[in-house]
Amino acid sequence: MGHIGTPTSRVDGRAKVTGTARYAAEYVAPDLAYGVVVSSPVARGKIRAIDASAALAVPGVVQVFTHENRPSLAWFSRSWQDEVAPPGSPFRPLYDKEIHYSGQPVALVVAEEFEAARHAATLLRIEYETLPHATDLGAAREEAYEPRKKRSGIPPPAKPRGDAQAGYEAGAVKLEAEYRHGFEHHNPMEMHAATVVWEGDGRITVYDKTQGSQNCQSYIHNVFGIPSDQVRVVNAYVGGAFGSGLRPHYQLFLAVMAATQLERSVRVVLTRQQMFTFTHRPDTIQKMALAADADGKLTAFRHEAVQNTSRFEDYQEAVVNWAGLLYKCDNTLFDYRLAQLDLPTPGDMRAPGAATGLIGIECAMDELAYAAKLDPLEFRLRNYSEIDQDNNRKYTSKALREAYHIGAERFGWGRRSMAPGSMREGGELIGWGMATGVWEAMMMKTAANAVLHADGRVEVACATSDIGTGTYTILAQIAAEALGVDLARVTVRIGDSDLPKSPVSGGSWTAASAGAAVDAACQALRKSLFKLARGMDDSPLANASLDRVVFDGGAIRLADDEARAVALTDVLTAHHLSLVEEEGAASPSMISSMRYSRYTHSAVFAEVRVDAQLKVVRVTRIVNAVAAGRILNPKTARSQILGGVVMGMGMALYEETMPDHRFGRFMNHNLAEYHVAAHADVQGIDVIFVDEPDEEVSPLGVKGLGEIGIVGTPAAIANAIFHATGKRVRELPITIDKLLD
Amino acid sequence: MSDTETLTRLSTADADGESVTLTVNGERHALRLAPWVTLLDLLRERLHLTGTKKGCDHGQCGACTVLVDGVRMNSCLQLAVMRDGCEITTVEGLAEGGRLHPVQEAFIEQDAFQCGYCTPGQICSAVGLIREGHAHTAEEIRELMSGNLCRCGAYTNIVAAIEQAMGEQAMGEQPAARGDGR
Repeated sequence: MGHIGTPTSRVDGRAKVTGTARYAAEYVAPDLAYGVVVSSPVARGKIRAIDASAALAVPGVVQVFTHENRPSLAWFSRSWQDEVAPPGSPFRPLYDKEIHYSGQPVALVVAEEFEAARHAATLLRIEYETLPHATDLGAAREEAYEPRKKRSGIPPPAKPRGDAQAGYEAGAVKLEAEYRHGFEHHNPMEMHAATVVWEGDGRITVYDKTQGSQNCQSYIHNVFGIPSDQVRVVNAYVGGAFGSGLRPHYQLFLAVMAATQLERSVRVVLTRQQMFTFTHRPDTIQKMALAADADGKLTAFRHEAVQNTSRFEDYQEAVVNWAGLLYKCDNTLFDYRLAQLDLPTPGDMRAPGAATGLIGIECAMDELAYAAKLDPLEFRLRNYSEIDQDNNRKYTSKALREAYHIGAERFGWGRRSMAPGSMREGGELIGWGMATGVWEAMMMKTAANAVLHADGRVEVACATSDIGTGTYTILAQIAAEALGVDLARVTVRIGDSDLPKSPVSGGSWTAASAGAAVDAACQALRKSLFKLARGMDDSPLANASLDRVVFDGGAIRLADDEARAVALTDVLTAHHLSLVEEEGAASPSMISSMRYSRYTHSAVFAEVRVDAQLKVVRVTRIVNAVAAGRILNPKTARSQILGGVVMGMGMALYEETMPDHRFGRFMNHNLAEYHVAAHADVQGIDVIFVDEPDEEVSPLGVKGLGEIGIVGTPAAIANAIFHATGKRVRELPITIDKLLD
Repeated sequence: MSDTETLTRLSTADADGESVTLTVNGERHALRLAPWVTLLDLLRERLHLTGTKKGCDHGQCGACTVLVDGVRMNSCLQLAVMRDGCEITTVEGLAEGGRLHPVQEAFIEQDAFQCGYCTPGQICSAVGLIREGHAHTAEEIRELMSGNLCRCGAYTNIVAAIEQAMGEQAMGEQPAARGDGR
């Protein structure tokens, strides 16, 4: 007992600090061949001819795969759609001669050695016929459309309320502005890779960088027609993903294709440049029109967004679905449109939609607060919404007000002077800004099992993933708590398609979902063990009931007299059992979902220091107060928020992938030119978890923490920069050039 | 794969290669290697020391940091033949017996990683940094660790872990500056 809620070091920590944790590209197999991907340099067109002779002549080269010699593959689009695919027809690697985007894989060169494959890949001669392309959302927005088919799990914008136009005109203070954030790429440190081990009897074991082993298993089955029971996908360790591993990507396809065609093991590792060629956070333009009356109460809230998608899928995210949750307003209009570009389909990147949408909402709220001459926090409190006005539902919990207050106090917000540029210190302009964050508290149907072995070891298993989030550790804590054993006695098995069913790990739902499933399995195991213990000869528990015992110290004890106990190991010995195993499952409650809205909230406060002359911005302080229900492990939970804040700093100040529209290609496709925050950029980040008991949101009272840290952070920093400089930059990231203008 | 198989493979693939002798984590390897093999690919693909990570292959991320004769370097930017005769220490070589290096211990204690992929590079870099002796404050640690990216954003805890390890090493001496640099 006492495991849940206790700061606990990662159970996979030792493996990670000693280098023994194995990632997708690190599994060895005899006779392993190496595949190197060749990418298209043109954005749209057709492959006219491929000359592979020079590549094939390189010693050690085994085969060059292109659309001309690919195996037979699934025909229907639905066979290519994975469990999180948006509506449309997914991209099919090496399917035909069509080029849909720059960077599209056009060939896989396989050789005995990596170096030979890499060299041979440069010798492939491919002739292209080019067609006109478009990669500029600014131009394409004219043809934006409302997606006809909605993406599953993404609610469409709320219906209009009242009269947004009349409310706007009636307002005493108004703001109409457009905000934009360019393309971003996930760039997990581990490049996408797949090692496919040919087991010799038709079976393959696939080590893939993915957030969902079972999603990849079904994809391989559906696309290649390989029976599911001959495909095992393992993702025991995932070197970051942030959404990039939600869908099966082409490294998986190519490695499986090559391995099954060559009947030998194959490894495909993408280059960092190729990490910019399969998914991205879409370019987003947001139009905001807000008004408030003389008391600072909102009279109109209009939020319209247009984002890019590809030509073949309607990727959608919830950009304009947040204002109605945060602010009370009776006149609203929300609109969401897509525009097609010749790029790969965008994908979910940490807090998809919210990270972006809250830039528009929270920067606009800051601007309107200034127009109303109100402190930005006070302005938000005046418009605080107690209910989800879009759906007319209560929240399972919403400790956002507390988060505002606790965060403000820790930050010292009360000492802020309102006027921009008023907090100068020497050559530095100091700015304090704040913003709100919100994300869904989701839960998904998940199964797990729990085993007690005769030696007292507990093993829990679920096909979910740990993408750095701490899943291994929280599941161990949950099992240790339920069964009253030491954490060291618990083994967690995840990241394997052979294990009980789990959706992809994403959306911040893993802790609530896999956590509840493991808990359910452990509760079932408790029941069985108790029954067995009661049935033992002279059992001290003979007259007890399950609710009158506790599991603690590796034994089942009478709650009233803990000295009267049966050791768990004795239970198995007495019944001559080598193990006892139980299954458990958890699903969201449909009734509760209809009655309540469920969200995580945060209040972010930021301090920036801007060099008055050079305009270099440094984020010197962040306080992020998070209301996320029950915190299973304060240590790893804090890390999740720290990480979200750091990525939010990137969104505010550094991260943008820039296409050269002439070539339709991302120019800064490497880590020297796509800037992510580095050590020197990150100073004091203070994370606070606000007390928020919530019995309703999920069985364990957990809301999830993967995304909330990034949401609100970019706007808080942007607002702080305004406070420091008096300049409103509405195009993020806010780079020096935009402040020097 | 057994050691014999590894050696067979090395000699077959690189039969015409250069002869290179490297000591990796105290173990001497006499190898024949093609000149285009990087130190990183040698470690990962031929010696199966996959603790050292490939994050960019361009010296831009630091995930491949190892200690070459005690000095931290990006192993993706070294051809293995350039390091003939050198002593290489990778993350696998830091623990002594079953005992973790103080930096490794501190990383676990401070939760200085999430996905763990940049971690071996951060740890090797931190060991090199401490040996260099130039960093005395959190600000200096941040500056001198900036070649090691962490996309999970564990920087705050990495700096705390390095401070902890430095503090332990400096025990008895003047206590290391622990200010937050602000």
